[in-house]
Amino acid sequence: MVYFILKRLVQSVFVMLAVAFLAFSLFRFVGDPITQMTGVETSVADQERLREELGLNDPFIFQFMRFTTDMLQGDFGFSYRTRQPVAEMITDRIPATLELGIVALLISLAVGIPAGVYTALRPKGFATQAILMTTLVGVSIPTFVIGIMLIFVFGVQLGWLPTFGRGGTVQIGGWESSLFTIEGWRALLLPAITLGVYQLTLTMRLVRAEMMEVMRSDYIRFAMARGVPMRKLHYRHALANTMVPVITIIGLQFGGVIAFSIVTESVFQWPGMGLLFLESIRFVDIPVMGVYLVVIAFFFVLVNLIVDLLYVAIDPRLRVKDV
Amino acid sequence: MLVIKDLAVKFPSRFGEFTAIEDVDMTIKPGEIHGLVGESGAGKSTVGAAVIGLLSAPGYIANGELSLGDTNLRNLTPDQAHEIRGDRISMIFQDPQTSLNPLMTIEDQLIETIQAHSNVSDSAARKRAVDLLEEIGIKNAAERIKAYPHQFSGGMRQRVVIALAICTDPELIIADEPTTALDVAVQSQVLDLIRRLARDRQIAFMLITHDIGVIAQIADRVTVMRKGKVMETGDTPQVLGAPTHPYTQALMDAVPPLDHRIARFRVPEEEGTAGVVTGNTAEKWLLEGQQYALTGLTLQDLCVRFAGPRTSLFRKPEPYVALRDVNLDVRPGSIMGLVGESGSGKSTLAKAITGLITPSSGVMRLGDEILPAGKARSRHHPSRQLVQMVFQDPYSSLNSRHRIGAILTEPLWFYGFVQDAKERERLAAAMLELVGMAPDAIDKYPHQFSGGQRQRIAVARALLARPRFLICDEPTSALDVSIQAEILNLLKDLQSMFGLTILFISHNLAVVRQMADDTAVLRNGVIEEMGATEDLFARPKADYTQTLLSLTPVMPREWQSAG
Repeated sequence: MVYFILKRLVQSVFVMLAVAFLAFSLFRFVGDPITQMTGVETSVADQERLREELGLNDPFIFQFMRFTTDMLQGDFGFSYRTRQPVAEMITDRIPATLELGIVALLISLAVGIPAGVYTALRPKGFATQAILMTTLVGVSIPTFVIGIMLIFVFGVQLGWLPTFGRGGTVQIGGWESSLFTIEGWRALLLPAITLGVYQLTLTMRLVRAEMMEVMRSDYIRFAMARGVPMRKLHYRHALANTMVPVITIIGLQFGGVIAFSIVTESVFQWPGMGLLFLESIRFVDIPVMGVYLVVIAFFFVLVNLIVDLLYVAIDPRLRVKDV
Repeated sequence: MLVIKDLAVKFPSRFGEFTAIEDVDMTIKPGEIHGLVGESGAGKSTVGAAVIGLLSAPGYIANGELSLGDTNLRNLTPDQAHEIRGDRISMIFQDPQTSLNPLMTIEDQLIETIQAHSNVSDSAARKRAVDLLEEIGIKNAAERIKAYPHQFSGGMRQRVVIALAICTDPELIIADEPTTALDVAVQSQVLDLIRRLARDRQIAFMLITHDIGVIAQIADRVTVMRKGKVMETGDTPQVLGAPTHPYTQALMDAVPPLDHRIARFRVPEEEGTAGVVTGNTAEKWLLEGQQYALTGLTLQDLCVRFAGPRTSLFRKPEPYVALRDVNLDVRPGSIMGLVGESGSGKSTLAKAITGLITPSSGVMRLGDEILPAGKARSRHHPSRQLVQMVFQDPYSSLNSRHRIGAILTEPLWFYGFVQDAKERERLAAAMLELVGMAPDAIDKYPHQFSGGQRQRIAVARALLARPRFLICDEPTSALDVSIQAEILNLLKDLQSMFGLTILFISHNLAVVRQMADDTAVLRNGVIEEMGATEDLFARPKADYTQTLLSLTPVMPREWQSAG
C-alpha cells in the first residue's frame, strides 16, 4: 500500500517535470521575451544587457533548472500584461474555478448516478427511453449553446437568476467563496449546470452500461438465487461493483472539467482561471499561460492519485498487505 | 419433492419462437441427487433456471407443471418467487471465481442471506454462519469468515458458495456444473460434501453436468437430455449400465475410459464429419514438407521463475517458481501427455517451449538444435514454424474479425510456402477437408461455427504451418464428450499420418491415457513421475499419481461399453 502510493508519487513527479518542460518551452519558442518586454526605443545593447541579466543566454538546461526550482519555491514569475506576480493572479482565480467545478461535479453525480441506476434496472421503461433521449440531446449541443439558452430562459425571460459574475462572495482566509451567500449560490447555479451537463450524461450512460453488465454477472445471479432482498441486491451488490470502473472516468473527467471550464467561464463571465487563461492568450501573456498549464497538470495528477486511492478503498482485491 | 411435468420453455425472437426445452418430466425426492446430463445446448441449465424462476429474458415457461411440495411454482407472483429463492430452492454455480461478490466479505454475504429469510440478530446469524463453514470443512472459520472471496482458493471458494446455498436450509439445490471448474482432488471433496448434505440434511439436488463420470459416482437417478428433450430417465445404474436409448449409448461410447486404452472412439453419428478424407492435395502438400524427419524435444533442467508479490519496499520480491528443474524427453514421432492440476505449470511449460516466456535456466532442444529462450528467439527462427500450438479455448483463439480463409492462409504466406494467393486458398480449402470440414467454410467467420468445428479450424491452421512438433494445450476441455471424441480421433489420425510429435497437455487423465505414448505428471512445477503411459496408469509409482488416479470419477467397469 505504502509502496503503491510511493510509486504513484514518483510517477507524478515525472509527469509534472514533463509538463513543466512544455510550459518552459513556451517561453523559448513562442516569441522572444525580450522584445515582448521592451519597446522599440530600447537599444540593442540594452536588450543584450537585459538578456544577460535575466539569464537568457545560459544553456537551455540551466534555464530549465532555474525555472523548475523557482516554481518549487512558489516563484512563478510576473505577468507580461499586468506586471503582477503570476502566483497571485492564479491563486486569486483558483477558488472560483474550483467551486464551479466541484458543484458541477456534484450536480452531475447526484443526478447521473441515480439516473444511471434507474435506466439500467428498467431498460425498457418509458421513463428510461425519455431520459436517454434527453441526455443524448443534451450531450449533442455544445456547452456554450446550453449556457446561452439557460441565460436566455432563466436570466432574461424569467429573470430568476443572475447571468454573470459570482454574486456575493465571502472571504475565508485567502479563499474567496461564493458558497456562503444566497446570491453566490444563485450566481453559481447556471454555470455549474452548464458545465455539469456533459459530465452528467457521461456518468449516467457509464453507470447504466456498467450496471447492466454487473446485473448479468454470476455473483448477482447467485445473490438473486439466494433470495437476497432486491434493494440490497441493487444497491449493495450491484452498485458497488459498478462504481469501480466508473470512478476512473469520473476522476479523469473532473480534471477535464477544471481544465476546460474556459468556455463556461467566458459565457458567464465567471472570474476563474479559464477566463484568466483566455485573456492571457489574447495578450500573449506567456508566463500566465505556462503556469496555468502546470497548475492544471497538477490538478490532473492529484485527482488521479485520489482515484487510485479510492480504488483501493473500494476493491479489497487491490489491497496488498504490507509486511 | 420437486415435480416437473411436460415443462416447455420458449424464447420469443424476431424469427419466431425458439423452443429451448419441451416435454420435460422429472421428479426429485428429498435427499435424492438427480443427475441431469447432456451436451451443451441440450437445455439442462434452462430446466434449472425455470425451476428457480430465473429464466433469462425473454424466455418464459410456455407449458407444464412445476411444483415443490404443495407449492405450485408457476402460480407465484414475482415477490413470492423471490422469497422462495434461497428459502426453499437454492443454486450453486459453476465457477466459484465469479459467483461471489468480490467486494464483500464472506461474513457479510452469509449474514445477509441468512437474515433475508429468517428474523435473527446479527450475532445469531454470524454464529450460524461460522458453524456452517466449520461443518462444510473450512478450518478456523471464526477468523476466515472475515476474509474476502479472493483470499480463498478455488475449492474453498466453492465450499463457501455451497455454504451460501445451504445457509437457509433449502429443500432443493440446483447445482449447475458445480465441479467443472475444479481440479480432481477438489472435485472429489466437493462431491463428497454434496453427497453428505443430501444424506444428512435430506436436501434434494438437481446436479447438472456434462461429466458422466461425476454422475456415475454420486447421482441416484439420472436424466439424459438432448436438444431440449428428455432422452432417457431412471436409476443411475440402469440408465448408464444398460442404456436403452441409442443417444445414451453413443454418449457412453464417447467417454474416454480411465482404466484401459481404446484404439478409436466410436463417435455419435449425425455430426456428419466422417473421419479423415484421404488422398487430397492438403495431405500431399503436408507430406511433401516432411524434409525434416521426426522431430523430438528435450528439456534439460528447465526452470521458470516469475516475480512474486512484493512484500516489502526494500527487499526484492521472492520469485515464484513456476517450473523447477524439469527434464522431459519427447521422443520423435510420439505423443507425450502432460497432466497436472491447475497451477502445476503445464501451460507455463508450453509457453517456454514456444518462446512466449523466458526460462530462468535450462536448455531446450528441438531435434538436435538448441532453442533460444524467450525473446532471444528471433521472429525468423525455424522453430517458430516447426512448433505450432492448438489452444484450449477455440472461442478466443481465432480472430473473430477474420474470415476462416484469412486465418488459414496466413501461415502459408507468412512462412513463404506458397506465393500464389489462389493456390493458398485452394490449399486452405483442402486442409479444411482433411480435418473433416466442408471447404466452403473458408468464406465464413469463426462465430458461425460450433466449438468442435472451431477446434478443427484451429488444428487446420496449425497444420498449415507444416509443423513437426505440435503442442495441444487442453485442446478438448472446452468441448462436449462426443465432440471431444471426434477431435481426439482427428488428432490421432493426423499424428500417425504425418508423423507429428505432439505434446498433449490435459488435466483429464482419461483423455491422456487414450492419447499419449508417454506421460509426465506435473505438480507445483516439478515432474513427479514420467514413463510409458500404459505402465504409468497401470502401476503408478508416485503417491501423487496414485491419488490423482483414485480421485478421478470413473464409471464402474461393467457399465462401460466394450471399447
